[in-house]
Amino acid sequence: MVKFLVKRLILSVFVLFGISVLIFCLARIIPGDPARLALGERASDEAVAELREAMHLDAPIYEQYYYWLKDVLKGDFGLSLNTQRDVSLDVQQFLPATLELVIVAGIISIAMAFVFGLLSSKYKDSWIDGTIRVFSYIGISVPAFVWAILFLLFFGYVWDILPVFNRLSAGIPEPNRITGMYILDFCLQGNLRGALDALAHVFLPALALAVGHIFQEARILRSSLIDNMEKEFISVTTGYGIPKRKIMSSYLLKPSAISVTTVAGLDFANTLGNAFLVETIFNWPGISRYCLNAMMTKDLNAISAVVLIIGIIYMIVNIIVDIVIAALDPRVRLGD
Amino acid sequence: MKRNDMMNETFNLDHRGLLSPSTMENIKISFYKFTRNKFSIVGLLIVLISLFLAIFANKIVPYPSHITGYVDYSQASLAPCAEYWFGTDIHGRDVFSRVIYSFRGAMLMSIVVLGISVPVGVTFGLLAGYYNGTWIDTLIMRVTDIFLAIPALILALSIASIMEPSLMGSMIAVTAMWWTWYTRMVYGLATSISKEYFVKNAELIGASKFHILFKEILPSCLSPVVTKMALDVGWVILMGASLSFAGLGEQPPTPAFGTMINEGSKYMPEMWWITIFPAMAIAFVILGFNFFGDGIRDMMDRGRQ
Repeated sequence: MVKFLVKRLILSVFVLFGISVLIFCLARIIPGDPARLALGERASDEAVAELREAMHLDAPIYEQYYYWLKDVLKGDFGLSLNTQRDVSLDVQQFLPATLELVIVAGIISIAMAFVFGLLSSKYKDSWIDGTIRVFSYIGISVPAFVWAILFLLFFGYVWDILPVFNRLSAGIPEPNRITGMYILDFCLQGNLRGALDALAHVFLPALALAVGHIFQEARILRSSLIDNMEKEFISVTTGYGIPKRKIMSSYLLKPSAISVTTVAGLDFANTLGNAFLVETIFNWPGISRYCLNAMMTKDLNAISAVVLIIGIIYMIVNIIVDIVIAALDPRVRLGD
Repeated sequence: MKRNDMMNETFNLDHRGLLSPSTMENIKISFYKFTRNKFSIVGLLIVLISLFLAIFANKIVPYPSHITGYVDYSQASLAPCAEYWFGTDIHGRDVFSRVIYSFRGAMLMSIVVLGISVPVGVTFGLLAGYYNGTWIDTLIMRVTDIFLAIPALILALSIASIMEPSLMGSMIAVTAMWWTWYTRMVYGLATSISKEYFVKNAELIGASKFHILFKEILPSCLSPVVTKMALDVGWVILMGASLSFAGLGEQPPTPAFGTMINEGSKYMPEMWWITIFPAMAIAFVILGFNFFGDGIRDMMDRGRQ
């Protein structure tokens, strides 16, 4: 396990290095003078020349990369064009909201996928199974940003039971910042009302991100449950007279969850990407909305920082997925 | 299994050890396998309809002038009616015409993106798989890893954002990242196929590397590649719609699914038709190509008959 983690982390460092080269190249490929772009049209020529000097723009490209990476490793991504602050400060401010959103979305999709997957395998070929099948088709074919718009309208205008904007209701003060994720912070401070309010606010955007994955993952769970049910080890345990409920929970579910875990890991990349659009629709003050704004104004420092951070998050998720699969599947030995 | 396959090929037998059917019969069998699932036929129909709409968009739309910056405020924001099937937008343009016309950009995008990224990705995958363990393998696959380490939409948005927003820009952005999936897939296949005897034979005879890569290894990789292409058309269209929704794709006044949904969402729920119809069109296309891709998979699947 430790060996596996060390191996994966070393590999991750190489991939991160590669991502940083890719991002740097993208940021430099852009036509025009990066210094002029950073300062705007009205900046004086002296100021631009000064910034060119500071950014080492006259040095060869690999030297520029060296200086850029040195700053990045210190956590210095430079100034953001939009907010006129250090990008690292912006990231600190906006990242927790996005983390909270995608984590809740991940939990919703996995939990609901298990519920629907178990239902549709239990009532195989019934109307429940059929309905879930139809929803899985709708789920894959309707993009997350369309779900977001539909939810926003439905709960904003038609059925007013869930809040659609902001992270908290008006009367509830922000929690003291520990992690920046409101639900977690409220829980740590023992404020249940606040935590529930924060959860209600994150629920709809998270559901919009999750809904496309829920039924697809449910279908995968269903088919692997049905496949495994015909395997010999289930006949044997049934023959031993072990109760059905026990077989289900300790023999059938574990091997069937492996394929769902793999797919859920891949789906997480989708969730991170779709968050860019869904956060904008729900006005969710997260890093994805921040980055999308940066993309519209060619705020290169901000884009580089966010893409790098999302690369790191996705990498961590992949490592977690591998660990979970190893825990589920006794044949997988991590580190070999 | 592999040895059987080889023997069968030599003696013109199929996998059951029966004499191989003629080409005509092969087509019949493929057609049967494709049509066995009713969803595949629905998929094929949707694919054909989408292609038809894309090619003849300017001939069949009821209001060809409405696909540009046409303005007629006397007809603005009308609900769906006999004259305007999908209603009109806030500038008085026919939503039906604009939705139909959006098929053109969407299909063009998926054809261009797949037309470039599939050959490139497959070639890299063949090279990396055949030269397994050499520096070529390491170089190609590590670059692929880097691209795949960033979620697809975010990479596409980042690449699109450094260019001028346009349909061309979004095509370049999506093409620049899409090849990696084909490289990864073909790499796995080519690695195992290049260990087969028929490849070793070709090497011994002294066949050129080009011949070995494209005439010996490639044909065995084709069916998963074709299946993935059929499925991918829908996903490229979705990617294009996401980019144009974000404002980094096709620019107004030219209609595109994403921009129409984005513009219309400001006038929901009163003027729901501006948003809902383009959204349904995207769902229609993605669903269609998914069904179609599943049908192609059934057809290519040699094991199940």
